[in-house]
Amino acid sequence: MENSVYHFTIDKTLYKDKGEQKMEDKFVLGGKEFNSRFILGSGKYNLKLIEAAVKQGGAEIITLALRRANTQESENILDYIPKGVTLLPNTSGARNAEEAVRIARLSQAMGCGNFVKVEIMRDTKYLFPDNYETVKATEILAKEGFVVLPYMNPDLNVARDLQSAGAAAVMPLAAPIGSNKGLATKEMIQVLIDEIDLPIIVDAGIGKPSQACEAMEMGAAAVMANTAIATAGDVPEMAAAFKLAIEAGRKAYLTGMGRVLARGGSASDPLTGFLR
Amino acid sequence: MVKINGKEMDIAGQNLLDYLKEAGYRPERVVVERNLEILAREDLGSITIEEEDTIEVLEFMGGG
Repeated sequence: MENSVYHFTIDKTLYKDKGEQKMEDKFVLGGKEFNSRFILGSGKYNLKLIEAAVKQGGAEIITLALRRANTQESENILDYIPKGVTLLPNTSGARNAEEAVRIARLSQAMGCGNFVKVEIMRDTKYLFPDNYETVKATEILAKEGFVVLPYMNPDLNVARDLQSAGAAAVMPLAAPIGSNKGLATKEMIQVLIDEIDLPIIVDAGIGKPSQACEAMEMGAAAVMANTAIATAGDVPEMAAAFKLAIEAGRKAYLTGMGRVLARGGSASDPLTGFLR
Repeated sequence: MVKINGKEMDIAGQNLLDYLKEAGYRPERVVVERNLEILAREDLGSITIEEEDTIEVLEFMGGG
C-alpha cells in the first residue's frame, strides 16, 4: 500500500496477523495454561515478601529448591505462596543426572505437582549447567511423566536433544546465575527461538526489566528472574516492573517490530505542504 | 546409630512420625527419604526407625 503523503510502503505481510490470538495469548506449558509469562524465583529474599512479589509481578509459576528441613523455624515457604500458583521445584545441588532425578522424585513426593526445573552443575565458579547430564536427566524424568524444564547452556544441538528427550520447554541461560549481566548469550538464544519448536524460557542472568523486555521481543516464551528482584531496592515493586516489561516485550513481538533501515533516514513527517 | 540429615542420632526403635514431630519438623511440609527410598506421607506413622537407617527430611525453600 503506497502512502502518497509519507512516501513509504507498508508491506502488510511483514506483520504477523495475530489480532485474534492477541485476545487469548496463553502460555501453555505441560498442558497448563498461563496468562503470565513471568516465572519468579523465590531465592535470597524474605519469605514475607514472596506473596507481594507474586501478586505484584503477576507470576503464576514460582521456582523453589529442596533442602534438608530446618527444625528451628516453623515457617515454611509454602505458607507464603498464594493458592493457584504453580510450583516449579528445581534440582539445584545436583551434580549429575542421577542426583537430579532423585531430587525431582523427592520434590514430586511433596505433593505439589509434577513440574521440575532440571538444574545440574559441576562448575562452582560460573554455575554453568552440565548440558550432557541435563539431557540424561530430562529423558528419565520425562518418561516418568514429569513436565521437565531443563536449564541449559544455549546450544542448538543440545536443545534438539532435550526436545527429543521429552522436555516441555528449554531454559537457556542469559548470563551466569545471579550475575544480573543480561543477555550475554543473546545470539545463541535467538537461534534456539528460531529453530526449536518448544517454548524458550530465558533463565538466569537477566538483571533488569529492559533485558527481560528484549528477550520477549526476540520471541522468548517467558522469562525467569530471581536475583534481579531479590537484590532490588524494593522486591515487590521490581517484580511489578518486570511484569510490565515482559508484557511490553511480548506485545511488541506479537505485533511485529518496525523495520530497520540499512542506511539513511526516513521522514516521519509529511513531505508535502511545506511552509516556504 | 541412625543418621538423620547427616547427623548421628540414637533414635532406633522410635516411630518415625512421632520422632519428626518431637524434633520440630512439620510432617505436612516435609518429604522423607529412608535408605534412598521415598516414603509416602501417610505411611510415616506406621514406620519404626531402625538401627543403621539413613534418613533425609527435606522441605522446599526459596530458590531460583
